[in-house]
Amino acid sequence: MILLQTAGLTRRYAGLVAVDAVDMDIPAGGIHAVIGPNGAGKTTLFNLISGVVPPSAGTIRFAGSAVTSLLPHERARLGIARTFQNIRVFGAMTVLENVLTGLHAHLSATLPEIVARLGRFRREERAAVDRAKDALALVGLSARADARAAALSYGDQRRLEIARAMVAEPRLLLLDEPAAGMNPAETEALAALVRRIRGFGTTVLLVEHDMGFVMDLSDTVTVLNFGRRIFQGTPAEVRREPAVIEAYLGPKVAERLARREAATRAG
Amino acid sequence: MIIPPWLDDFLWTYQNLIHALGINGLLALSMYVVLAVGQLSLGQAAFMGLGAYSSALMTLKLKLPFFMVLPASCVVPVLFALAIGVPTLRLSGVYLAIATIGLGEVLRAVYLNVDYFGGALGLSGIPERAETWMIYGLLFAAVAILWLVGRSGVGRAMEAMREDETAAGVMGVNVGRYRMGALLASAVLAGLAGALGAHVSSFIGPNEYGFEPAVTILSYALLGGIGTPLAPVLGAWILTLLPELLRGFSDLRLVFNGVIIVLAVLFLPNGLLSWRMKRRGA
Repeated sequence: MILLQTAGLTRRYAGLVAVDAVDMDIPAGGIHAVIGPNGAGKTTLFNLISGVVPPSAGTIRFAGSAVTSLLPHERARLGIARTFQNIRVFGAMTVLENVLTGLHAHLSATLPEIVARLGRFRREERAAVDRAKDALALVGLSARADARAAALSYGDQRRLEIARAMVAEPRLLLLDEPAAGMNPAETEALAALVRRIRGFGTTVLLVEHDMGFVMDLSDTVTVLNFGRRIFQGTPAEVRREPAVIEAYLGPKVAERLARREAATRAG
Repeated sequence: MIIPPWLDDFLWTYQNLIHALGINGLLALSMYVVLAVGQLSLGQAAFMGLGAYSSALMTLKLKLPFFMVLPASCVVPVLFALAIGVPTLRLSGVYLAIATIGLGEVLRAVYLNVDYFGGALGLSGIPERAETWMIYGLLFAAVAILWLVGRSGVGRAMEAMREDETAAGVMGVNVGRYRMGALLASAVLAGLAGALGAHVSSFIGPNEYGFEPAVTILSYALLGGIGTPLAPVLGAWILTLLPELLRGFSDLRLVFNGVIIVLAVLFLPNGLLSWRMKRRGA
């Protein structure tokens, strides 16, 4: 089953086509990556999928229905969640409150119920807090629940963003450069976390420059260059594809990735 | 209830100030709800004027009793808030601020030039029907409701929007609806304040609702802060009391007033009451 499908998806800015007629099929389940050189349109593609910017042309279908004209909050309700390349936690709010915000689309208490502090509101709020604590436990931030989000370290803020996106149990999670700025140990922990997320049945679509990370985790890889999709395939196919090697990987990296794969297989 | 004579004297002497403190508190809350979702409106004085004029006319021309006039005074400000909000709230940035400044000036010209609104002389002979307890009852209710709403998913959404609208939208917050809801709530509060003001002072005129009061109302929230609903009310009280306390300085009064605001903004960027409320309802 195809979870996410873009057809002819295009976003033009003045004098620049950031995303150019991209056709992409992301199957339900698994981990999928979008790679490409800087400026290839990866983040714009994520902005289009999450509804942060409207497309200039083309369509987006999610779980069988057209979402092209839906606003971000409507897509969130359908189960599209994301993190941001430049971290965007709500800095003045606590870590737990940040995660609770991720449940916003799933709260149904009305204003009179909130003002009267009716039982339904309080039950819903307690349930939300429990879910938020579970999400923090998932990313290992339980101890920091009451800290201000701005006081967290860079890596912890990245994990907070993942908890905030995952708390509503989305069908599709978009991770925009999740390993950026992380050391090898942190990257390894992140890979384990992404695998766990896959285990929950959430489909993961990620943009990442760390090729070891991408090749180890991904089921499919989509390659963008100058806004165009130049290839989509398995990691092994992508590594061997001359167009990808020329546009992005370069011969040395391709060779190293091949050696690495051989070593893993032997080991 | 028996009021001791000294308190009775005090209340009588400072009646106008006591009314002004309550009404300006409501205006500060009207500013707060807009700032709390990260928008800037300079239409609070205009909404207040609409509430004042519409309620005064209902009392003077339609002879309606005050218990009907007071709630009805929200209607006209809310209609104007809808008319101005629908086109401007889709856009981000300063469009709302500019449109609401325009609204205030247009309305002032209308009050001045249309005889039905009394022209430059304004409307006088408004019966003094608003009681002190009504003003403070509404102020207390408004603070309580905003506090309870602030400690819920709605309050979290508002603060999230203020910090990062894009991220809030991606988290599922209907950003447009929250912006509009805040503007409407702000129009209701300002309309009530206007009606109460008109019915304690017996006279209203076009210049009471222009640009200058709009900026004064903004400074209430800037001075007090917007961490909790109490903060802007504190700001309003200080800025309402300050001219009275500085009366001895006569001509220098406004200078001191201005200097205090400038110092507060420079050294207390989050306002005097900068602590923020928890955003959990359970």
